[in-house]
Amino acid sequence: MNRKRTQIMQDVYLTYLGAKKFKTSALSAQFLTPLCTETASANALLPAVLHRGTMRCSDMVQLSAAMDRLYGAQMDDTVRKKGETQCVGFVASVIDDAFVPGGEHLLEPAAELLGELMLDPVTRNGRFLSEYVESEKANLIDDIRAVRNDKREWADLRLMQEMCAGEPYGVRRLGDEESARKLNNRKLYEHSQTLMSTSRLELFYCGSAEKERVIDALLHAFAALPRGRVEELPLPRRIAAPSEPRIITERMDVTQGKLSMGFRCESTDAPAMILANLMFGGYSNSKLFMNVREKLSLCYYASSQYARSKGILTVSSGIETKDYDRAREEILRQLQAVQQGQWEDWELPGARNTILSSLRALPDSQRALENWYLGQIATGQWETPEELARQLQEVTPERICAAAQSIRLDTVYFLQGKEE
Amino acid sequence: MDKTVYHRIGETVLRCTMPNGLQVSIVPRKDFQRSYALFATRYGGMDLRFSLGGQWLDTPAGIAHFLEHKMFDTAEGNALQELAQNGAEPNAFTSNAITVYYFDSTDHFYENLKILLSFVSVPYFTEESVAKEQGIIGQEIGMIEDNPEWQVYKQLMQALYENSPARVSVAGSVESISHISAQTLYDCHKAFYTPSNMCLAVVGDVDEQEVLRLAQEILPDECAPRIERDYGAEESLLPFQKEVRSRMEIAMPTFLAGFKCAPVPEGEERMRQNIVGSLACDALLGDSSPLYAKLYAQGLINSTFGSSYDILPGAAYVYAGGDSNDHSAVVEAILDEAQRLLREGIDEDYYQRLRRANFGTALKALDSFEAIAVSAAEGCFEGYDPFRFPEVYDEITSRDLLDFIRENICESRMAISVIEPKEEEYACND
Repeated sequence: MNRKRTQIMQDVYLTYLGAKKFKTSALSAQFLTPLCTETASANALLPAVLHRGTMRCSDMVQLSAAMDRLYGAQMDDTVRKKGETQCVGFVASVIDDAFVPGGEHLLEPAAELLGELMLDPVTRNGRFLSEYVESEKANLIDDIRAVRNDKREWADLRLMQEMCAGEPYGVRRLGDEESARKLNNRKLYEHSQTLMSTSRLELFYCGSAEKERVIDALLHAFAALPRGRVEELPLPRRIAAPSEPRIITERMDVTQGKLSMGFRCESTDAPAMILANLMFGGYSNSKLFMNVREKLSLCYYASSQYARSKGILTVSSGIETKDYDRAREEILRQLQAVQQGQWEDWELPGARNTILSSLRALPDSQRALENWYLGQIATGQWETPEELARQLQEVTPERICAAAQSIRLDTVYFLQGKEE
Repeated sequence: MDKTVYHRIGETVLRCTMPNGLQVSIVPRKDFQRSYALFATRYGGMDLRFSLGGQWLDTPAGIAHFLEHKMFDTAEGNALQELAQNGAEPNAFTSNAITVYYFDSTDHFYENLKILLSFVSVPYFTEESVAKEQGIIGQEIGMIEDNPEWQVYKQLMQALYENSPARVSVAGSVESISHISAQTLYDCHKAFYTPSNMCLAVVGDVDEQEVLRLAQEILPDECAPRIERDYGAEESLLPFQKEVRSRMEIAMPTFLAGFKCAPVPEGEERMRQNIVGSLACDALLGDSSPLYAKLYAQGLINSTFGSSYDILPGAAYVYAGGDSNDHSAVVEAILDEAQRLLREGIDEDYYQRLRRANFGTALKALDSFEAIAVSAAEGCFEGYDPFRFPEVYDEITSRDLLDFIRENICESRMAISVIEPKEEEYACND
């Protein structure tokens, strides 16, 4: 697979991956903008409103009909948080021209529809249709509130809000309910004009078409994109943990308690940190899974995630409320084992094989590729999966211990069941 | 192996049935790094009563799922660990009708396949490990019981069915799994994990002879007779209860309307009926239907709204629903729309659009190794060839959809499941 990222217009880049092995072609268009409290909800609302209709297909019925005619083309509006950048736009997939009965071409009409969705929304008197704004605003507020339904997600979110209060990283992907409530048609429309003219646009294509054909289709589809002075994206800032960890406990009517823990990692040795996290709690043979869940039956689930660009590691677990102290101590004990190099011979190769294998498998999934390159681009990292794989091969046990020793507990969040 | 080429979808499938009755399907994939192997048994959450050695056994709800968890234990340790050490991503799931074990790997494929075939075919349970698992699965059950989507579905099944094991959750309850012992697990393994009740599906750039050789080397030689199962007496097509409600700590009310449908025989008819049912759902209330657009514009539904036609052993149903502040209005609109379609017919241009979209979606699923392998396994068990979908689409007309709607989407077949928020502010709307 040959990858090229080229500028095709001012501050518009295309990442092109040619591949003939898929039944589908993937196409994505994303505006990249700094994540911040003031604009997060507006940015999150925008793609949903755009998805309601274009000048040509002005309602859901017409838009769906257009998608159906393109053999069930899918165009999903997306809002993603990558480091401290918010990425908003659409990810599309359409069946490859080779399988279209009658030899019809789908790339060009699909690109055109994508461009229309982003740039040519249905408007009335220089505003969006107010019924679209109002109903999507209500949906956004419901979505923001719905996180409460998934207690695991809720606990992880509350941890992040407390731990990173005041940092862009603490801002939720969809923003907060209060600012969502303040949005109206005029504000949203004005915001959309600013976003479009001052944000970098990242395009992505993976499929069988030649690069020139893809560029032509996209240049045609995005010809109307307004371009002003495009703002630079700041890189995520790393912050040190407080001298004493913050402990937060909240209650809800749930059967199972949720314990989430957040750590700051000073080390910039990313490959070593990636492996340290995997061994600690990052996959199905990690210390957290094998010991805390399987051996001690202390949790139904216990896993860790490492946010590389921000230098944050989080643990999320589901426990019985009565086991809180034991579970917390045991999780910290497993971390300590990684920091002190206490692991069995199979643990490091196991972790390394897992990540190498998933990096090797990346080119087998268009969605995964799109998400990987967007994440890289949005957080200022430029390596390919192959380059990262090479770096991971070279990591020694000493480097893992050294990196892990920079991990400091910052915040503990416990969601407790009401009955106890 | 028998080779079938499917020109319209660019696929080739190799198949054979081994002397011990194991059905093997291989879907070659050049240019991919990943390979995927799936080993499945036709044994799921609904298979609670069956005959073993001439005697009928009644087993506790949740046992197939429990067995799935325990199969990873081996005399030497744990198969998950062995596979993960090779960089493979192993996992398993249990549905109403089948239990599936699989791995995805980019290296050591044959070694991983050997581990997969071994741990699934050789049981190893102790009373101690069973007791420990009761704790772990008990927690898992606690967690799914907190999930409103799961609760609203379970409630619907209990409203629709009176006796069918479709009422019972695949994972069982804390109470039901407390009756499981090492012996019951050995019995169920003996009954259902015989090659003749199983299927192996592989997707990737693999050597088919080596796959067959390993299967022959590791699995038992004998071909067991077909297992007799009992899914309860045939039920009336009328729902057991019309409506079930409960409350949970959620932000917005959620509901499902279910329509009880006749059970579907196995064979090609099942695949056809599946496509007809899902096209009928699309025409009536799918994402691109006029009804969906209308309800969405009225704020009666949001993007959580969806529908499905499911075929289970001895049962079938359509359900539709999602979050809504006024489920009665949505239900009424669905019934009205069904009547309108029956009166006015389905516009031919609309029908062709839906067919294109459905075909595209089915084609896209072929980019997922898991989807290919799971549908190959289901096809083996239920007696149809899932790769023939383009030909089946050719034969279906909008008249078939109308027949389906006329038969099934009516008030007499319907049950409703609702979950409302606990908070006072919502409660006073009643």
